[in-house]
Amino acid sequence: MSTSTGPAAGASAPVDTRPSAGQRFSAWFGRNAIKIYAFFAFVYLLLPVAYTFAFSFNDAGRTNLVWQGFTLENWLNPCGAPEVCGSVVNSIVVAAVVTAMATLLGTLIAFALVRHRFRGRATTNLLIFLPMATPEVVLGSSLLALFLNILIPLGFWTVVIAHIMFCISFVVVTVKARLASLDPRLEQAAMDLYATEWQAFRRITLPLVAPGIAAAALLAFSLSFDDFIITNFNSGQFTTFPKFVYVSATRGIPPQANVIATAMFIIALAIVLISQFAGKRKREA
Amino acid sequence: MAKKTDITKAEGDLYLENLTKSFGDFTAVDDLSLQVPQGSFFALLGPSGCGKTTTLRMVSGLEDPTAGRIRIGDADITHEKPYKRPVNTVFQNYALFPHMTIWDNVAFGLKRRGIKDVKKQVDDALELIQLTQVAQRKPTQLSGGQQQRVALARAIVNRPAVLLLDEPLGALDLKLRRQMQLELKRIQTEVGLTFIHVTHDQEEAMTMADTVAVMNNGIIEQMGAPTQLYESPDTAFVANFLGQSNLFPATVVEVDGEDLVLEDPDGSFRMPKSRMGRNVSTDRGARVLVGVRPEKINIAALDAAAAGPADGNFVDGVVEATSFLGVSTQYEVRTPGGEIINVFAQNLDSQDLLPVASQVRLTWKPIHGFVLDGRQDIEAGVEIDPDALVVS
Amino acid sequence: MSIAAAIGDTIEDEPKPPPPSTNKGRKFTAYLLMLPGMLWLAIFFVIPLVALFMTSLQTPVPGGEVGQFQQTFSFSNYAETLTDDTYYIPLIRSFIYSGIATILALLIGYPLAYAIAFKGGKYRNLLLVMVIAPFFVSFILRTIAWRQILADEGPVVAVLRVIGVVGETGGIYPSAFAVIMGLTYNFLPFMTLPIYASLERVDPKLIEASGDLYAKPMTGFFKVTFPLSLPGVVAGTLLTFIPAAGDYVNAALLGRPSNTMIGNRIEYTFLSVNDYPTAAVLSFILMATILIMVLIYIRRVGTEDLV
Repeated sequence: MSTSTGPAAGASAPVDTRPSAGQRFSAWFGRNAIKIYAFFAFVYLLLPVAYTFAFSFNDAGRTNLVWQGFTLENWLNPCGAPEVCGSVVNSIVVAAVVTAMATLLGTLIAFALVRHRFRGRATTNLLIFLPMATPEVVLGSSLLALFLNILIPLGFWTVVIAHIMFCISFVVVTVKARLASLDPRLEQAAMDLYATEWQAFRRITLPLVAPGIAAAALLAFSLSFDDFIITNFNSGQFTTFPKFVYVSATRGIPPQANVIATAMFIIALAIVLISQFAGKRKREA
Repeated sequence: MAKKTDITKAEGDLYLENLTKSFGDFTAVDDLSLQVPQGSFFALLGPSGCGKTTTLRMVSGLEDPTAGRIRIGDADITHEKPYKRPVNTVFQNYALFPHMTIWDNVAFGLKRRGIKDVKKQVDDALELIQLTQVAQRKPTQLSGGQQQRVALARAIVNRPAVLLLDEPLGALDLKLRRQMQLELKRIQTEVGLTFIHVTHDQEEAMTMADTVAVMNNGIIEQMGAPTQLYESPDTAFVANFLGQSNLFPATVVEVDGEDLVLEDPDGSFRMPKSRMGRNVSTDRGARVLVGVRPEKINIAALDAAAAGPADGNFVDGVVEATSFLGVSTQYEVRTPGGEIINVFAQNLDSQDLLPVASQVRLTWKPIHGFVLDGRQDIEAGVEIDPDALVVS
Repeated sequence: MSIAAAIGDTIEDEPKPPPPSTNKGRKFTAYLLMLPGMLWLAIFFVIPLVALFMTSLQTPVPGGEVGQFQQTFSFSNYAETLTDDTYYIPLIRSFIYSGIATILALLIGYPLAYAIAFKGGKYRNLLLVMVIAPFFVSFILRTIAWRQILADEGPVVAVLRVIGVVGETGGIYPSAFAVIMGLTYNFLPFMTLPIYASLERVDPKLIEASGDLYAKPMTGFFKVTFPLSLPGVVAGTLLTFIPAAGDYVNAALLGRPSNTMIGNRIEYTFLSVNDYPTAAVLSFILMATILIMVLIYIRRVGTEDLV
């Protein structure tokens, strides 16, 4: 090494600065306190999930409140308790219809908001935001007020209508976030390369926004499937899975409900993890 | 601690002693030692990934050295927390706090140190950078050049023993960069603080710094005043990275008094021994690299040149390409031995331009050339595209 | 995580202005695209609110059956309901419970989001999935799981009995504590995700810069990191407070009758008593109060002043 200003000189004697065990622990704790805190937060978040999971194996009979012993019976016979499967099928049908409709309507709005400048954007944004900022009791009771006033019978369709209403906003914000991060010049580049507007949309924009739309659809499905409060106001005699669980809470929930919930949990988790993994692989490729 | 000194008030020269930083198997900084005199403007110059930013971050306390020591005067700051060091940084892309006004940004450091009456100092700092009028604005409302100056004021106002500048002008356009270079130099002279400037831009380093250290692969290749580095590079890397050089291989024939007699496919020639770089062997048959800067070569049509006596070394060749650059013309000349030699000729008289395929004679004074060790990569440090590399 | 982004985005400003439309045709396209969805929201969100308001001004048909009402524009419904302690006490209780739950969720959710954003490393996405994982189990079942966890035979009470916090026969369910704990739990992901989204956007260089400028880590956090994450905190507290204030599932499943919230009153009055005008009045008061509180809150925090 050449050092024209000369190497630094002088060095003081090394001093023993090794900390004691107690100091080391408190230093370790200081560095990791936030991680320990986060660990307990996760315990708090996931404890009820673990309970729900565990009690799906409870040999409970009809009241699944106290641990009675392990059994696979509930998993082998998930429709064993009356009404469980019927309500699940109802919920899935509702969620499927709601997901299709809300995703379509919400995606169209998101495209209009991000890709177009027009009068009334502020009002539109407000109208999208308000349903998310309104308590569910108010959404549910106001719709019920409408249905009662114009004498529409409550049932499957009123539930579907209500769910689409509150899912649209969530679809809009999810798709909008994805769309806004997309460079509009990509479309312009496509059109520069002889693509028509429709082809540019079909070949460039849609594939790039698709993950956002998929996420929005997943969100809409889970919101609809899990909704209780709005459903409870607008369903009449029609029973969904959450409503079934709530109503049976007083006399005891059959363990089959836990089986269904656990199965749904595993499916949803698998979808999310697979899509994350696939997304990562795609980005790395 | 052998001597209990108030770290935050330490002052004096900055010493890096055998400083090493490894990330796993990769050694970013390798046994680096240097001394930066108090009040000087020091530049760490090198391509991306050469270890200059890591060195800077160790001085600022944002990286912990694997080995070695860092001192300011007598105070050892090697493992001191960043907020206890009398060191401030002008960050790449500035890192101005977006939620605070310019005034609050500049006052931040003073307030943290519990200084009571900061108003005068902040106002003075804003005056120094001539931005008093935007004190109450937010950073996003300022232009790039203005943000740059605020970042500088925010650091300088603390009167640190050492001010670190991490590619401070990288985000500015060329014209603004030139202007800021002069401005930075003016401010440094005015406040008299030690500036350590990290950059990959050799022109920037040479314009501003008193001393430039050229870094490559975690070590300092050469250190010295800009003119010294430019005129007498020690290694091929320095010769190529600072400006342009014509380097061609030759072998030692003999030592003749103060001169070295060398030979290459185009003939034999002399170079003074005083122009040798590091580790050059003068044994007979030793391989060396001979370097000449393109602007130090005189080019003339062969018939005209041959008439007069040859002054110093010369080689004949054929013009292969020319490009007119305004102040000068660049020629690429191929010698009979197959070397390509670049020549910058001042445009004194544009009628004198030599067309492609002209027979020419190139002459240069031996004292203008330099001799380097032949056992190194002749291409080292040749124009590296900074955008093509990951920022270190 | 798109859900985090989505929730964070509800409060954030527009990321960038859209490219200008070149002609009338494109403007027309925009309206065409929005029409079905906005019509849906108009018919099933705006009109119902109007219907709810109209209902709140109705009075029973004299001599009619239960559930028969007529439009009389009786604004005195509001005064009567607001002075009735069977209604205003649950209303106040709702805001106290949801206020405490929001603060607790912030105290749990902020460090959690911070840990994921700054200490999560390559596991960040997995940790985020773990934050939203509870959503994949039915809301009602999760709340019922808490009933089991907090029950007298459950593990929490067992521990508390050993350390003597509760007596040999004491319990913690049903109670106000259990209700607040349930509210905190159920809306915790809504608090965590937007905070995470805004923390993730904080440039680590700014935190380094604060350290370089003599701020100790704690000072740096309060002067730089926390102010920059405020949009996420605002979004998170709203997304927790609003649904918590209107919730009735937690109070119904984890509380005693003395812990009823306004949501329980609305549900009961609407669906069991069939006193539609009173229920509508309560819904409107709930919404109006929340709206006013939210406006004051946003004004106070002054998010428009940020970045």
